Parts: sequence; structure tokens; C-alpha cells
Amino acid sequence: MLTTEEVIHIAELARLQLTEVETEKFRGQLSEVLDYVNLISELDLTDVDPTHSVITKHSALRKDEVHDSLTQDQLLKNAPETDSGCFRVPAILDET
Amino acid sequence: MLIAGDISSVELTEACLRRIEATEPYLNAFISVSAERAMQQARSADHAWVEWRRGKLTQQPSRLNGIPLAIKDVLCVADITATAGSRMLEAFMPAYDATASARLRAAGAVFLGKTNTDEFAMGSSTENSCYGPTHNPWDQQRVPGGSSGGSAASVAAKSTFGALGTDTGGSVRQPASLCGVVGLKPSYGRISRFGLIAFGSSFDQVGTLTRTAEDAAILLQTLAGPDTFDATCVPTQPPNYLDSLSEPSDLSGLRIGIPNEHFVGGVDAEVEKQVRAAIKLLAKLGAEIMPIRLPRTEHALPAYYLIANAEASANLARYDGIRYGQRQHGKDLWETYVNTRKTGFGPEVKRRIMLGTYALTTGYYDDYYLRAQKVRTLVKQDFDTAFDQVDVIAGPTTPTTAFKLGAKTEDPLQMYLSDIFTLSANLAGIPGVSLPCGMDENRLPIGLQLLGPAFKEKRLLKVAHKFQLATDWHQQDPLVEN
Repeated sequence: MLTTEEVIHIAELARLQLTEVETEKFRGQLSEVLDYVNLISELDLTDVDPTHSVITKHSALRKDEVHDSLTQDQLLKNAPETDSGCFRVPAILDET
Repeated sequence: MLIAGDISSVELTEACLRRIEATEPYLNAFISVSAERAMQQARSADHAWVEWRRGKLTQQPSRLNGIPLAIKDVLCVADITATAGSRMLEAFMPAYDATASARLRAAGAVFLGKTNTDEFAMGSSTENSCYGPTHNPWDQQRVPGGSSGGSAASVAAKSTFGALGTDTGGSVRQPASLCGVVGLKPSYGRISRFGLIAFGSSFDQVGTLTRTAEDAAILLQTLAGPDTFDATCVPTQPPNYLDSLSEPSDLSGLRIGIPNEHFVGGVDAEVEKQVRAAIKLLAKLGAEIMPIRLPRTEHALPAYYLIANAEASANLARYDGIRYGQRQHGKDLWETYVNTRKTGFGPEVKRRIMLGTYALTTGYYDDYYLRAQKVRTLVKQDFDTAFDQVDVIAGPTTPTTAFKLGAKTEDPLQMYLSDIFTLSANLAGIPGVSLPCGMDENRLPIGLQLLGPAFKEKRLLKVAHKFQLATDWHQQDPLVEN
């Protein structure tokens, strides 16, 4: 069973913040799912290579050619906040 | 009929729009309907047919020219919101078409609207949409399956001639089964994922929901093929998916394997009975039936959920309120991230991000994520071994028919189990199709799943087509309006 601290820690890593009720609920549900996925711990996986992707055969390189792309206006259209053609973000460094 | 001018795209599109209007109060299959644009597209399609009949075009328009279709709301269509069923993307307006949408557009298809989906395609019931659940046309108290539930329900209700879905662990085949339509998930790499809002990138694949295997073949022919915008889309040109459908031959010489592991505990007795009857029919059509083994079926589900959610946790890290999507202000950057994600994501998405994050955490990576990837190798080997002996694998798409709304929302594990027979195909990257093969005592559709080796969609579509020529399950209609 996951501890409450573990649930809060994972939430922080994922930049989520849970209410107390959510934390307890997720603690139970995630613990149950983790118990279930532990099923794979019983398999002997010595000498088995991991599969990251089923597509391994071809090279992903393409010709380096110039194509039309979306304009700055189009790309900024969905931004929550923009300023002079840039994404505007909250201050990252403390100004003091 | 479109070719001859006996009916126009405008008439077809109007009929679909009327049908959507009549059924939406009962189904909630669409997140947005773009009636005006659809009519514009229909008029241009009609114009192209007129030009063709007058001999003014050198090339005949596509068979899709003027055909109304619906698109799952995780695929981008330029200048129409793409919400992925999430509050996070409520106002997200893509500036470009996904490759799948672009190919349909180029073929002259008409886009009726965007269909409902579990948030970020995470779910098996379409109940995780922030726009409310979609209802099953066969019984509105029940789920349509998911995550492409809106697409499956709209096809079943005849609101559209076909729809695009996406399948990460069964999200096309499972709702197809529960709604009594044909759901095709092509091989990983067959259709470009460009413009598809990412969930589990090593599994995600665009698929189709249609009433017949022939319609699926027509759509696949337009959708498949290389795309420089998706490095995982294979560079080989697709074969002709349609020519073998018209061959008079039966299924002689075709070996169909039946995995005992797909008929074990948890499979509803009525589902098993009807699927076994369908397999008997395939034998009658000439196929040779033989038992096979897929010994890692039980381990496929945990491996799938670990890898898919690990990939999801990384993919969904992009929703930080900076470049697109909603932003909830906080006093600093950290709080802005947290507030944005806290309010933008629904509970199932949070749960999956948490599980995925956990599986990737130092200390658990080897035990969970890496082990799961090794299990993936074994699952793939199971299929390789099986396809040395047989050409196609057949079994039930889902263990049960459509379940009641709310029945599994508080029990994630039970919900995950409804994908147990579909998700191994995503682990192995192979194609699968679900087609209606019966009804249970409540008149709820039952689906037969056919799986084939990678890039053998043509074989699956031929078997499915022959089955549909011999049955009429796909011609049954639900009574949507009470």
C-alpha cells in the first residue's frame, strides 16, 4: 500500500496538487492497480531485451529541404498570454 | 450513386446533420458539429462530381468525395477546436490538419463534426470526457465503450457514414464491439500520427469506425501511407485493400487460430457462444480452425498499463499553461503549472499520470517500466510464434457486452480489464478488427476480433468482408429515439 507521503510526492513530481480527499482516494486506487501490475514480477525475464518500439527497421531521416510552415501569428494564436510575438510566462527568477 | 449523380453530397450531408440533431439529445456522441463548413464541403464535392460527369476532370474524384464523416476530437482539423475531451484544451484551435484529416479532406470527404472521447483517449467507456458521457445507441443506460465512443455511437446511430477513431489499447475495437460496428486498428506505422494528440506514443494508431469492412478498406486506402511528418510511419506504400474484397474465392487455405487464453474466466457465456458460432461460420466459409496459445495474455495488461501510462505522463507534461491550452495563474511559475494542471485534468488523467510517473521514478524504473518493456517483447514473441502456424487469430473483442453507465467509474482496474483482449495487439504493433457477430439476450451487440501479422490489414479486411457477406449483424439498427 502506498503511503500518503508517497502519493503527495508523486503528485509533486507530476506537477499535480491533490486535495486530501483525492489523495486518499488515489492512494487506494493506485495501490490496487500497483498490486495488480506486480503480476509481471513473477516472470523470469533474464536475457529478454526490452521493446521500446515495434518500428525498428527504417531510418527516420528525411531530406533537409525548406518548406512552408505555420506563421508566428498562427503559432501564438493558442497561447494563454503573449507579448510582442513571444509567449509571456510568469517570472521565473525572483526580482529582489 | 454519388458518381452517377443520383444523390448529391448536399443531400447526404443534410440527412446526416438532421440525424445528428435528432439523436444527439439521446447520445451526446459529438463534442462539436460544424454544419456550415460541412455544407460548404458538400457543395464543392458535388461540384467536382458535376465536372467529372461533364468530362472536365482528367481523374475521377475519390470514392470518398462528398461522403460525410466524423472525426474523433483527438485529431486536429484546421480551425475547428480539438479538445481531446479535456478542459485543458477547451479552446484549443489547431492551425493545421492532422495528416489523417488532411488525406480525407484531399479526397473530398465532408467533416460533420468532432466526436466525443474519454479525456486524452484515456478510458474504455467515454465517461471520462469533460463534455459528459456518450450513451450507447442500443441501450442509453449503457456505455458505448471507449475511448472512441462518440465515433462508434455515431456510426451505429447512422449519424455518419464512418468515423475516425484512435486505438492505443483497444479504443477503436472495444467501442466498435459494444456499439455493433466495424472497428479497424491498423498496424502501428500504417497511418501517420501527425496531428494526433499524443497519449501513448509507441501504441497510438489512427483507426476507422464503419458499418462494413468494405467501408473500412475504402477509408484505409486513403489514410495509409508514408508521411514525412511522422518518423514512425513506415515508408512503404500500402497495397490495394479493395481488390481482394471482390474476389469470388472463399476462405479456403486460410488458417485461423483460436487462443484458449481469450476464452477464459470473465468472458460472458453469451459472448463466448456467439463468438464460437462466428468461428464455426468462418470454418464453413472454408477456413481451417486450429487452437493456438498466447501464454502471456494475462501479463500483457499490466505491461500495457505501465508503459502506456509512463508514456502518457511524459506526453502530458507539455500541458503546462505556457504555449497553448488553458492557464490558471499562480503567484509564481510553479504555482501556475500546478494550478493549470490541477484544474485542467480530470481524475482518470491524473490517476494515469501518477501511475506513469511512479513507474518511471528512480528506484521503481527497473521493476516496473523496464520489466514491462521486457514483457512487451514476450507478448510480441507469442504473436510471432502464433503467426508461424496460422494466418489470422480470432476471439471475442471484449469479455462482456456494453456495461451500465457508472458501473466501473470508481473501479479503475475493472475498467482496464475490458481491454484485456485488445491491448496485446498494441503491444505487438499488429492490426486488429472488430466486427459485429451477434447479440446477447438484451439485444446488445457482440464483437468478433480478428488479429493478423503486422501490415496484413488486407487479409483481415478480406476475412471480415466475407463474414459480413454471410451474415446480417451489421445491418441491424438500434432504436435511438424512444
